[in-house]
Amino acid sequence: MSNEKVIKVALIGNPNTGKTSLFNQLTGLKQKVGNYPGITVEKKQGICKLSDTVKAEITDLPGTYSINPTSLDETLVLDTLLNEQNDSFPDVVVVVVEIENIKRNLLLFTQIKDLNIPTILVINMIDQMKRKGIDIDVKQLEEKLNTKIVLASARKKVGIEELKEVILDYEKLDTQSIAKITDRIDEEYFTKLKNAFPEFPLYKSWLLITQNNEFDFLGDEQRKLVLKFKEDLDCIKRYQHKETILRYQIINNVLKSSFNVDTSKATDLRGILDRILTHKIFGYVIFALILLFIFQGIFEWATYPMDIIDGAFASLSSWIKTVLPAGTFTNLIAEGIVPGIGGVVIFIPQIAILFTFISILEETGYMSRVVFLMDKIMRKFGMSGKSVIPLISGTACSIPAIMASRNIGNWKERLITILVIPFTTCSARLPVYAILIALIIPSKSVLGILNLQGLTMMALYLLGFTAAIFSAILLNKILKIESKTLFVIEMPNYKIPSIKNIFYEVVEKTKAFVFGAGKIILAISIVLWFLASNGASKFKNAEETITAQVESKQLTKEEFQKKVASYKLEHSFIGYMGKSIEPVIKPMGYDWKIGIALISSFAAREVFVGALATIYNVDSDSENSGTIKQRMAAELNPETGEKRFNFPTGVSLLLFYAFAMQCVGTLAIVKRETNSWKWPILQLVGMGILAYVSAVIAFNILS
Amino acid sequence: MFKTIANLQIGEKAYIEKLCLENIPLVLLEMGCLPGIEVQLIQTAPLNDPLYIKVNGSHLAIRRETAEKITVVK
Ligand SMILES: Nc1nc2c(ncn2[C@@H]2O[C@H](COP(=O)(O)OP(=O)(O)O)[C@@H](O)[C@H]2O)c(=O)[nH]1
Repeated sequence: MSNEKVIKVALIGNPNTGKTSLFNQLTGLKQKVGNYPGITVEKKQGICKLSDTVKAEITDLPGTYSINPTSLDETLVLDTLLNEQNDSFPDVVVVVVEIENIKRNLLLFTQIKDLNIPTILVINMIDQMKRKGIDIDVKQLEEKLNTKIVLASARKKVGIEELKEVILDYEKLDTQSIAKITDRIDEEYFTKLKNAFPEFPLYKSWLLITQNNEFDFLGDEQRKLVLKFKEDLDCIKRYQHKETILRYQIINNVLKSSFNVDTSKATDLRGILDRILTHKIFGYVIFALILLFIFQGIFEWATYPMDIIDGAFASLSSWIKTVLPAGTFTNLIAEGIVPGIGGVVIFIPQIAILFTFISILEETGYMSRVVFLMDKIMRKFGMSGKSVIPLISGTACSIPAIMASRNIGNWKERLITILVIPFTTCSARLPVYAILIALIIPSKSVLGILNLQGLTMMALYLLGFTAAIFSAILLNKILKIESKTLFVIEMPNYKIPSIKNIFYEVVEKTKAFVFGAGKIILAISIVLWFLASNGASKFKNAEETITAQVESKQLTKEEFQKKVASYKLEHSFIGYMGKSIEPVIKPMGYDWKIGIALISSFAAREVFVGALATIYNVDSDSENSGTIKQRMAAELNPETGEKRFNFPTGVSLLLFYAFAMQCVGTLAIVKRETNSWKWPILQLVGMGILAYVSAVIAFNILS
Repeated sequence: MFKTIANLQIGEKAYIEKLCLENIPLVLLEMGCLPGIEVQLIQTAPLNDPLYIKVNGSHLAIRRETAEKITVVK
């Protein structure tokens, strides 16, 4: 295997040209998503077998309109193509263009071609050619663009084999530039530039001096030269302008004789759909209905698989306890690791359903219309139309949601979006809400059809969104970040979604969650298990202490053991932690037992329920919320003699869980995405204060 | 008086006269907004912002503040 030859291929293209579809066709499930060193953008790579001895390592670069980047994602394309020491520096570049937008798509092609890297042009979606009345003279186009062209349809699997053959023969490709920008812009200037960096292709040198990035592959001498050229910024801007106009001229010339569209064949389906979907009233109504449908999916349909997963992990735990010899190791597996993994797996159904919907909306082209509809409104809150998708994703889990904010080009808008996402009601809050609502809100129906408990749940969702919006407004006022607005979005044509693409997208997003957040949640669960199952001398002598208590004499064996477990927890490390924070949480109406649950839920909020189950010594093997609920309902407050989970405490807890930033996974992702501890700490403290203050106020007003 | 893309009526077409790089992101040019090219306003979002335009075969949405910086002639 190791003597196989590997050709490094980079897939590049405008968004919506079918690049991802092509990548999926070429690599199938042999994909992996990693990270580029140092930056946070995901790197999608896959392997494709070209012949018995040669395979291609294909990197799917983020979609971009130009080699000049406008967002974090796009910077990567430039970096990959300029840095020859880069691991994924390609042997050959495959530029994907779409037949309908070929003119604009070719701009990127001419830029890449000028870097003198072997370049193949794939013209995708040729299945649409007839319908759109398009006619291409491939031979002539190949000659004029000085490249090899493959006509393909990623959807209909046309041209894939041919593309593989061309990649195999990449060494035969001509690497001459086609746009001789230099002579036509300012010969003198560009000769100077050429002489300054004799080791690079001229266009590469031009890119070096036109970008804001630092290129770490440059030596000190070269850096100085770059800075010197950068001094004349006006001139650079003027020439960039000229360059673009020239490129379009070249492209127009090339296409004039080799590309023909019969416009009489065009239909106006797009126009009609646009008029409906972006209508001032219907546009919003349709969007609201779609949202409603998505929420229905996340909350109704996902409950079935979630219940199964929940049950399966609970039985796995008890099964392990019966087959393995009793001891610390068994406990670690049965009480630490298995429930920890279960706590991650349980979210998969909701995340998968959510991303199925989102990728359908993206595939069809509808998402761009949502961005268009919502941009002005979101801007009032300091965000962008592009923040809508991350905020919706946040209702499943903040972690993929924060990662989905990467395409927001404006840094301030992106930062605000990232900071407020954790307010949206993620699925980890659901079990907590569910049990608290069941305890404090009667299951009465209002107006005949609506259930009071259901309404409360909805109110909590609205509360989450409202908190997100208000904090965005506040952050927008406070944060003094100057960042230029670069808001240009393409409105792609409507398309029928491809099931294959949706499948791959969902698998990828789910994997990102499981391996990104999952690791942290699991690790914290194990730490918490350790803290709960170890303690000082009182902990170790629990059994003797209980036996010594007179009343315990009449207990059955089972009751005795529950008492021991409960006593142990009280005197475990985490029990001490709960007790030591009791003075702080008392104003919110909580005791040390709830304190333990609060601390435990830092791994993931839903651990709250499980922790209370252990504390109230219900049989923690059966995650039957009925028994936990009954036990919680019966718990009394020794000081007042009232129920512990009465209305004021319940409301206070609901508010606390709605606002507090109790998710280590999210904090880690925010740190990664913003590249600084400042922002996650701000979230932790800011949201914590809001949670605490509102819980204290609610508790005191209500009781 | 200057007329810009922001002054167009829905459905109205005009030719781009000038855009000045200092205020306009380069990417807009790269997506086909070039001097001399025909531009059509297709739709405006509610609250009249952003604007949905067709230019050089591309369908784009841009914010009003950007559109105001692109002058057009009939
Ligand atoms: N008709 C047709 N549609 C395609 C073809 N390839 C991709 N698509 C669709 O074009 C849209 C964009 O494709 P995608 O692969 O996500 O493009 P990307 O944004 O460039 O990665 C999706 O709706 C695809 O289903 C093709 O060959 N023919």
